[in-house]
Amino acid sequence: MTSATQQAIDAVWRIESARLIAGLARVVRDVGLAEDLAQDALVAALEQWPESGVPDIPGAWLMAVARRRGVDTIRRAVTLQSKVELLGRGVSDHETPMDEIEFDLHVEDDVLRLMFTACHPVLSGEARVALTLKMVAGLSTEEIARAFLVQTTTMAARITRAKRALTEAKVPFEVPVGGELANRLSFVLEAVYLVFNEGYTATAGEQWAHAELCQEAMRLGRMLAALAAGEPETHALVALMEIQASRLRARTGPDGEIVTLDKQDRAVWDRLLITHGLAALDRAEEIGGTGSYAIQAKIAACHARAPRAQDTDWVRIAALYGDLVSLTRSPIVELNRAVAVSMADGPAAGLAVTDGLLDVAALRSYHLLPSVRGDLLAKLGHSVEARAEFERAAELTSNEAERAHLLARASSS
Amino acid sequence: MKVVVLGKATERSESGEFGPAEDFVAMDLFNEKLVEAGVVLAGDGLQPTSKGKRVAFDADGNTTVIDGPFAETKELVAGFSIWEVASMDEAVEWVKRSPLRDTEVELRKVLDAEDFDDSLPAEIAAAEKRIRAELAAK
Repeated sequence: MTSATQQAIDAVWRIESARLIAGLARVVRDVGLAEDLAQDALVAALEQWPESGVPDIPGAWLMAVARRRGVDTIRRAVTLQSKVELLGRGVSDHETPMDEIEFDLHVEDDVLRLMFTACHPVLSGEARVALTLKMVAGLSTEEIARAFLVQTTTMAARITRAKRALTEAKVPFEVPVGGELANRLSFVLEAVYLVFNEGYTATAGEQWAHAELCQEAMRLGRMLAALAAGEPETHALVALMEIQASRLRARTGPDGEIVTLDKQDRAVWDRLLITHGLAALDRAEEIGGTGSYAIQAKIAACHARAPRAQDTDWVRIAALYGDLVSLTRSPIVELNRAVAVSMADGPAAGLAVTDGLLDVAALRSYHLLPSVRGDLLAKLGHSVEARAEFERAAELTSNEAERAHLLARASSS
Repeated sequence: MKVVVLGKATERSESGEFGPAEDFVAMDLFNEKLVEAGVVLAGDGLQPTSKGKRVAFDADGNTTVIDGPFAETKELVAGFSIWEVASMDEAVEWVKRSPLRDTEVELRKVLDAEDFDDSLPAEIAAAEKRIRAELAAK
């Protein structure tokens, strides 16, 4: 096969797969089966397009093939069923519904249904992320496995289990309505943001593939914001991810070391992403965005709007973290508030906020607590205590670049 | 990666006339699809070159301002958008789905850090960093 055709098929798949799987799922009422049928169509394309060329309307071609396989599958099932039933009471064969379906109607709604189904709460967080990347983003199992640093077979098993779980739970292929919507939307937003953070924080240590994960997450977020445009948190999440991603180029130094926000070269921040992100935040605020992604995006926007680190509006950021603490009751957010307070009112004020966190069990092995305390103690001139905190933080982190950064700070304290 | 999509001018776009309503609707639907796919970062149409300017520089940096319209219609740009895509192939596949007729679209990848890493000589990179630092200090 020519690599040019292979690349064209990859591109077509990326564009068409979500719509294809979603359109099929509406008909067969089983996303697992829909995904299998779509994969069959992809295999057929890989076999035939190198000879025949890429069809003029590749999406329609894939749908036609998948649909034919679907009819075969259902006929077989129906025939089997009929034979079983004939043994008992004689039932005539019925028309398969697949023959009459108009596939192009409501395609966009279908993609939204697909997102909600892939992120259904009957699944684990890991499974939601895997299914979203597989079925909505159109990534291959190999690509997903590589991004999460697990074996392909492990990821394949995770995806198969997740699809089976959806079938067994008889999860309906629909967008939830009423009071259920906000709750279910939070699972979708969370899965997208998990993908982003996997790329952004690179906890497992390796750098490559991570920028791509961030881009996948932003693409999924923009899709969600376009398809569920009335929901402020969808726009807020897009804003948050885009503003954070605008700093990707500035946040690692030439040797892979972390460059903190205050030391980043703001000239290399991605202005286009910031502009797009700020516009998304405006839209979220226009329609009443007060949720946790909206607050986080507003904080990110404070940094994005500051031409230099010293221009940052820390008073506003500290207040926004206060809002976020009230909303989430999270000790990690409280730690962030401590940093903001230290910037607004001085290191002693920030340190006092962290004192309140020392007995919180959830933070006992969280490296950023000693890391923040080390930084504040160093600023106050308490170098011995500062060093002890940095050394403890270095022990706790699993990120190599971060450990190096912390040890460097320990030895210079 | 980011790709700039340049829609080329036609006699009609240069005349400043809008096309028939159906063309407009078809293009709108296409753009909606792009937005729903999470691809679009920015984009706009441009006025005809009759309302544009060119600024020419000679070797000494002296400037001459030239008023439009400009010749070579097919080489002129009538609109642009900026897409974020996984590959140039993806951008090409998207363009193929557009309802455009009898014109041309040019796709150009935006330079990013990877494009510089190998090709930018170390001394230029160092000089750029120094100049930026000097400017920032002012």
